[in-house]
Amino acid sequence: MWFWVFVGPFAAGLGLFTYVPLLWSVYLSFFDAHNTVSPTDFVGLGNYTAILGDDAFLSSLGTFVLFTLFIVPATFALSLALALMVNRLRVAQAFFRSVFFLPTACSYVVAALIWKLSIFNGVRFGLANTVLGWFGSDQTAWLSTTDPPWYWLVIVTVRLWLQAGFYMILFLAGLQRISPRLYEAAAVDGARPGWQVFRYITFPQLRATSVAVVLLLVINAFQAFDEFYNLLSDARGYPPYARPPLVYLYYTALGKEQNLGLGSAGAVVLALIIAVATVAQARWFGLGRREE
Amino acid sequence: MTRLPRKHDAYDRYDASARVGRALRVVLLIALALLFLIPFYLLVRNGLATEQDITSPHWTFFPREVQWSNLTEVFDDPNLPMARALLNSTLIAVFTTLGTVLLASLAGYGLARIPYRHANAVFYAILGTLMVPAAVTFVPSFVLVSSLGWISTLRGLIIPTLFSAFACFIFRQYFLGFPRELEDAARVDGLGYWRTYWKVVVPNSRPVFAAVGTIVFIGAWNAFLWPLVIGQDRQAWTVQVALSTFTTAQSVNLHELFIAAAVSIVPLVVVFAAFQRYIVAGVERTGIDD
Repeated sequence: MWFWVFVGPFAAGLGLFTYVPLLWSVYLSFFDAHNTVSPTDFVGLGNYTAILGDDAFLSSLGTFVLFTLFIVPATFALSLALALMVNRLRVAQAFFRSVFFLPTACSYVVAALIWKLSIFNGVRFGLANTVLGWFGSDQTAWLSTTDPPWYWLVIVTVRLWLQAGFYMILFLAGLQRISPRLYEAAAVDGARPGWQVFRYITFPQLRATSVAVVLLLVINAFQAFDEFYNLLSDARGYPPYARPPLVYLYYTALGKEQNLGLGSAGAVVLALIIAVATVAQARWFGLGRREE
Repeated sequence: MTRLPRKHDAYDRYDASARVGRALRVVLLIALALLFLIPFYLLVRNGLATEQDITSPHWTFFPREVQWSNLTEVFDDPNLPMARALLNSTLIAVFTTLGTVLLASLAGYGLARIPYRHANAVFYAILGTLMVPAAVTFVPSFVLVSSLGWISTLRGLIIPTLFSAFACFIFRQYFLGFPRELEDAARVDGLGYWRTYWKVVVPNSRPVFAAVGTIVFIGAWNAFLWPLVIGQDRQAWTVQVALSTFTTAQSVNLHELFIAAAVSIVPLVVVFAAFQRYIVAGVERTGIDD
């Protein structure tokens, strides 16, 4: 009885606001639901064949995969490097830790504003073009050219800046749990401080942290919405390239069409993809398996 | 990982290269720190500059003229409902944080400490929702909230976001490691689960509450997709939605937009400065990564 006094309110809310929407989504995905949440026209798998045959949706999945391939390794490497450098500091550690963590307090909306209107502005008064101008470089229209796709640089750097500090904290916590005895043993065995120690002691000991970081990074990359929406859309609308799935679903379900059936089918497809990817990754890396 | 004992023959070589390595590392760290701070500087620089200074073709690091009146101007602009948006964001962030911490900590404690036959099944049902990223459910959640009539209401903006499986998971992990002796002493004194929780467990767990609370507060203040979808009326805009509406608008007062954005991060920087150390401690103690 006491168990449900403690867990009940949370479980009930999670059921209502996560499980019910999921099931409702599955239900809606089999109906022609334009602008209505209680549709009557059953269309079977029609929404699924429509969405899987939709080039825009498939290209949104491609955008997500490409984005993940960029952002996951980049954030992993940067946050691990920051953690290693900060961890060894004897002075000013708190200062550097705070500076790298501070962007976490900034929203994607605010960061996108700075990136779009101040750093990577296509005109002369943008910081990037000003700095490049000192070296005699031409101005680049960062956000409005697709060839070369300079907007990737903008999108990747904004997320890198915002999230690296958070993962640095996770790595710092992991580093502090490594027993100093291991390093002493390594030194006795003649391992050189630096690369060898990192390769054979530090990195293997961070395995559990690394697995968790990769998992969180992939899930977060998959939810990319804010920076794409805020960086790339303007008064003329949103460009057709570089739409990750959530942006695509937002426009499908809540845009002019209000096609909730099609949007739900897309959400179900995405949920399945992410579930399979997560389980596969957990199996592959042995999520939750502790070091012996 | 500071100085390691080394073999004598190689000692000098290591020591010299270690010193160079250390100096390089500090230089690199300072360069990276400056790079990380530049966006904050630009935010404040543009926020306090004149419109001409921001769009001048001859960009300068320091604005030619600092215009403090921007700070009051942004609250007087009838097109940018800044005061209302700040109030909405504050209410949402505060109530979301209090609600999430209360619900998730109770659930986490129940899962960690109260014996129940199906406790594991309940735990996996909660954990499973982490696998499906919350944002994937935004279409059906929108449908649900709109059928409840909660569009553009604070209820709609707050209540559906209160049930964070992530927060629950962290609390459970933490309470699993909570010293049992303290609770046993309370039991001997005749306290039940409820009073043990409030009188013994909560007062001894302040850092983890501060850590989770800070992370939830930051997340709630910065949330964008859900407020964008649910807060359709101007009256229900959060700061993020209000700012976003203006970055995509055709003509916009740049200095106003930047000062508004700078104002919007002040509450977070304050919360952050106060609770930052708990985040590090909280992560270490709860083992998010185990």
